[in-house]
Amino acid sequence: MARRVTVRRMVVSTVAAWFFGGLIFFPILWMVLTSFKTELEAFTIPPSFLFFEWTTENYATVQSRSDYFLHALNSVIIAGGSTVIAALIAVPAAWSMAFAPTRRTKDILLWMLSTKMMPAVGVLVPIYLLFKNLGLLDTRSGLVAILCLGNLPIVVWMLFTYFKEIPRDILEAARMDGATIRRELVYVLLPMAIPGIASTLLLNLILAWNEAFWTLNLSTSKAAPLTVFIASYSSPEGLFWAKLSAASTMAIAPILVLGWFCQRQLVRGLTFGAVK
Amino acid sequence: MATQQTQVLARGLLSPAVALLLVWMIVPLAMTIYFSSLHYSLLDPGSESFIGLDNFRYFLTDPAFLASLQNTLVLVGSVLAITIVLGVPLALLLDQPVLGRSIVRLMVIAPFFVMPTVSALVWKNLLLHPVSGLLAWLSTLVGITPIDWFNDAPMLAIIVIVAWQWLPFATLILLTALQSQDEEQKEAAEMDGAGALSTFIHLTLPHLARPITVVILIETIFLLTVFAEIFVTTGGGPGLQTTNIAFLIYSQALIQYDVGSASAGGLVAVVIANIIAFFLVRVVGRNLEA
Repeated sequence: MARRVTVRRMVVSTVAAWFFGGLIFFPILWMVLTSFKTELEAFTIPPSFLFFEWTTENYATVQSRSDYFLHALNSVIIAGGSTVIAALIAVPAAWSMAFAPTRRTKDILLWMLSTKMMPAVGVLVPIYLLFKNLGLLDTRSGLVAILCLGNLPIVVWMLFTYFKEIPRDILEAARMDGATIRRELVYVLLPMAIPGIASTLLLNLILAWNEAFWTLNLSTSKAAPLTVFIASYSSPEGLFWAKLSAASTMAIAPILVLGWFCQRQLVRGLTFGAVK
Repeated sequence: MATQQTQVLARGLLSPAVALLLVWMIVPLAMTIYFSSLHYSLLDPGSESFIGLDNFRYFLTDPAFLASLQNTLVLVGSVLAITIVLGVPLALLLDQPVLGRSIVRLMVIAPFFVMPTVSALVWKNLLLHPVSGLLAWLSTLVGITPIDWFNDAPMLAIIVIVAWQWLPFATLILLTALQSQDEEQKEAAEMDGAGALSTFIHLTLPHLARPITVVILIETIFLLTVFAEIFVTTGGGPGLQTTNIAFLIYSQALIQYDVGSASAGGLVAVVIANIIAFFLVRVVGRNLEA
């Protein structure tokens, strides 16, 4: 039963929600607008909001001056690679804990969670030295490995909470019908698990894309993903706001779209299933 | 229920993840502990020697440590306060009948998906710049002298940036929790003549207690190690004004190349984080039973 909604209440809350929503979103909007201005206009006071000469020149400049696509490709490889590998390790683990739990399952889950609590900075020194000695500094494979390990606990946890919700009776039924474990896995479990796996991958992709501790410390140029590329704008020469905005807009656009698709999973993943 | 065959298979499937995480946890940590007992500078290779707990003495008595501990607490505390105090009313607002609610929700959640380096630089240059930033222009419009944020109030600037990134997270979690609240209970309260305020205090707030706890704990874990925002805007300065523990350790390790002292600092950070984690694991663990 819906609660009675008065028109007045609706109008007030709509206006308020749009106002505050707009306020929170404004920095992003402003960045996108600035990316279409000339550098001079981006700097001008008073600023123009819509009535300026729109130009896409910054987007071209960002690519020609600093090889934007290399860094975008690095982001795709590092975020994508670490996500896929994490999933390959985590799906069997989560399956096992959800469907064949033992006395120690809960402890293992909580222990995995606790590895995520370890602050990255606590192991910065050894990881940096290991990377240096193994020649992994500024390599994509090094970053893939680190981000994969860093996000593995979240991936296991999210998958576990999804797998837990798959009704067990179905598995029992399949077993009664004489399905082997492999067939049970491929024909019964997998189709039911795919939505959960997909949203886990999506959330992990977002986290890996935006990761800015290891990427800043372990890569400098040829393996640098977009987080590091954008950071190079922190000490620029001359007018650069419009170019910074263009580069930033391109860096966040794909993830903003993905992120909007998986808001629900975000809550679940980041709270380790504590809030659904 | 599970057959023996399943049990064996299950263990086999679980072990790669467990083994990897075990290595990931133990090896670097053991190395950190080992380095923390050494005099070890990358600028002076070959001079490593065992010095016991001297690194800890040095790190903990360094005035920079106290300053950065204080900065860390200020940063974490302020961002938590801002995100909760603004997040609760915002979530309540979005829980109301709002035209175009899904679009508003997208706008509110968006900052969370912006990579830290982007949000830091956009705020620093486009919004907070003392001459050409939008806030400078707005304050001259109302006759206030613009603030030179990163010189006069650098920590406040960092807090604003980080709070902007985390407000969506708090709001989204609180909103999710609100939507699972029992509508009929609220209706019953309204029919019994309970006002909006008393419904809020007696029904909604207790319902939000757990999600708020979760928000506080999770945000704390991430906020204790805020790094990129400081790295690209202030570099810890001016002086030590925006150096938090994470940044202090970074600068000792990769700017001063003092491996020993940075390792000691790293362990201090691990201990602080573990105290927080202890509480979080308990809250989440309780949920597992249900």
